[in-house]
Amino acid sequence: MLNIFKTSKSVSLSIDEFFNKIDLGTLNFKKGVKNYIEDNNNEFEQNLKSISVLETEADVIQRKIENDFYLHSLMPNYASDILNLIESVDDIIDMSKDVLSQFDVETPHLPEAIKKDYIELVNVSAKSVENVIPAARIFFTQPDNVKDYIQKVLFYHRETNTLSTNIKRKIFQEFETLKLSEKLHLRYFALHIEQVSDVSKNVAQQLSSLVIKIKM
Amino acid sequence: MFLIFLTSGLFLGWTLGANDASNVFGSAVGSKMIKFKQAAIIASIFVILGAVLQGAGGSHTLGKLGSVDALGGAFTVALAAGVAVFWMTRLKLPVSTSQAVVGAIIGWNFFTHNPTDMSSLTKIVTTWISGPILGGIFAVLLFLLLQFILKRSKVHLIRLDGYIKFALLVVGAFGSYSLGANNIANVVGVFVPSAPNITLDFGFFALNGTQLLFLAGGVSIAIGILTYSKKVMMTVGNSLMKLNSETAIVVVLAHSLVLFVFSSQSLSSLFVNIGLPPIPMVPVSSSQAIVGAILGIGILKGGKNIQINVIGKIATGWIITPIIAGLISFFALFFMSNVFNLQVSQNPSKFVKGDVIVEKNIKDHIDLKSKVIENFDLKNVPETTVHLYKTAVIIVISILLIILIYQIFIIYKLKEKDKIDEQEVYIKKYNAQQVLLENELENTNAVKERLEKEIDSKEKEQKKIALSIIRKNEILSKLKAEIERIKSNPEGSLKFSDLNTLKVLILDNLNLEKERKSLDKYIKELNDSFFQNLERKYPGLTDNEKKLCSLLRLKLTSKEIASIQNISPKSVEVNRYRLRKKMNISKEDKLSKVIRKL
Repeated sequence: MLNIFKTSKSVSLSIDEFFNKIDLGTLNFKKGVKNYIEDNNNEFEQNLKSISVLETEADVIQRKIENDFYLHSLMPNYASDILNLIESVDDIIDMSKDVLSQFDVETPHLPEAIKKDYIELVNVSAKSVENVIPAARIFFTQPDNVKDYIQKVLFYHRETNTLSTNIKRKIFQEFETLKLSEKLHLRYFALHIEQVSDVSKNVAQQLSSLVIKIKM
Repeated sequence: MFLIFLTSGLFLGWTLGANDASNVFGSAVGSKMIKFKQAAIIASIFVILGAVLQGAGGSHTLGKLGSVDALGGAFTVALAAGVAVFWMTRLKLPVSTSQAVVGAIIGWNFFTHNPTDMSSLTKIVTTWISGPILGGIFAVLLFLLLQFILKRSKVHLIRLDGYIKFALLVVGAFGSYSLGANNIANVVGVFVPSAPNITLDFGFFALNGTQLLFLAGGVSIAIGILTYSKKVMMTVGNSLMKLNSETAIVVVLAHSLVLFVFSSQSLSSLFVNIGLPPIPMVPVSSSQAIVGAILGIGILKGGKNIQINVIGKIATGWIITPIIAGLISFFALFFMSNVFNLQVSQNPSKFVKGDVIVEKNIKDHIDLKSKVIENFDLKNVPETTVHLYKTAVIIVISILLIILIYQIFIIYKLKEKDKIDEQEVYIKKYNAQQVLLENELENTNAVKERLEKEIDSKEKEQKKIALSIIRKNEILSKLKAEIERIKSNPEGSLKFSDLNTLKVLILDNLNLEKERKSLDKYIKELNDSFFQNLERKYPGLTDNEKKLCSLLRLKLTSKEIASIQNISPKSVEVNRYRLRKKMNISKEDKLSKVIRKL
């Protein structure tokens, strides 16, 4: 009997810890891109290392949560939805790490005139994540309040899209000195950063439907 | 003898345990929140506790309605109720054990001319209606309370899940206790007046005859829960309405409170003490209390999903069940009394043949002789009765045994059906796999066919090239002969026509090397796997020997091979001989055949 309380306490703590890892990962992602743009190579390396460690730790916690859910048949009616949500949240840190890793491997050349735009883009994209994680946290305690955060996530997602489109337009229309290959390269980096906010939007949508399900 | 008569009540208890435990733990077990084993053990323990500690209230009211004062009568009434429940369940009619027992008792009242206490009947019928309504009211209040607490508690969903599991167990235990306390009257209530007057002292507590009777009834309900309720919990438990865990707690708690309220004497006394009317102690239908609670929540949520026909079904159950049970009881009593001379009541009945004669004799003052004969007959009755009585008991027990065997047979059949279904699923899977494999085989065959065609065309091409080489060698021989002819020309000078002839011959020969190379390439491409096999089986072969093997595989003659390799046919023969020796091929076997087999 006591096992029920012990397991549920342990799983709830694991979920909190998992979200902490994602939060830290997002901070590293934001700082990492900034450090790359500002040519702070050592700091960028440090950010990349940290996010890789955090991503591995998040994966371990995710597997533990999954295992506990199935083993102790926790929340049998919503288990699959909640585990899908956790997996989607994990996609955020996976995607963030991939973007930093691409910066490290491909070392794109960013013209001075567009650096500010990229910093702005990464900030807005990270903001969508910074809002979706509290939404996921609050879903487990006050599902009614999730919608407050969802609106913000959707707003920042739209903003990210607009900024990304502006950057792409700028690259192809204003930078005549750049080679087409360089333009395409820069375009892909705008797209990669934008994709982080796409994953956040996906998590937000899952949260919305879960709230409806749980309230039924 | 008492225990033998009690079997009908225990059978009723078994069916009640098998069916009604799903009302308490159905949602929790059906949604896998709680394991069946855990639920069954808790339900069994608390049903017995409820029956023994708080089961008396409902029995008193049933006793007032009609005190079945003979053991045979109690047996018949319980059997009639059991048969009514069983029969109506088979016909898929809405049925409740409580209503069946009440109907059967009224049937007994009719048969034995006992007056039916109208105030008790009104009390009982009122609770049938008020039970589901009260269930609905409790459910609404509890649901609102739970929502209020949950909104303010901010408990983590996973921890809440733990608390809900614990609450489901506690509420389930309370529900089982209330089920035992309230519904035990249905199971053994009619046997209370005939209960043996004994007390069992266990040292730290003692049980009187009635409590022992309740204990037996409680145990029969527990056996029903342990042996047959799993299937009902997995199917009926969820079919009523799919509930989430919070709603399940509310519904079970509301149902338990209804059963508890109508079986708690202390609560009733408390009501009287504060100036309120006492609560009637009446067995209430557990299923109807649950349906009432679910409907209550349905109304609270806007009433969109409420099925009006469910309410109709309850109302139909209120009317049909007592009538059918009453009729069965009446006819069963008639049958038992007149066929088996079973004593079903302490009072005489006009429906019993012997009693009619007694009444007639008293009223009409028939002559002494006939009275003596009548008395003589009556004196002889016990002996006969004992005999028939025993026969009746044997027959009824046999019938019960047959029903039991039939039930076991049905269970066995269902299990067999499940097995067959499972096998069918396997067969379907197997067939699907077979179709898949057949498709794969077809694809493989198609690929094989394509490859074979490719090999065939390449073989043809090889042959073509080989023949071309042969032809070119012939040209070269011609060229050689032409040069010889020119050399041997007696005039010693070259003519233009001679040069032209030579040029034509040389031009023909120009592509010879190219074609030889392409032949080598084709041979290598086509014979890739062949060379691998050859190397595996005969590891010591040289490249020339391997090439010879590949040419032999094309069924080329020694002369043709000689022409391709630009060696004499004799050398080919020698090479063939060496190859035979190296490959260790006996004289009886043909070299080309052995090579083609590779």
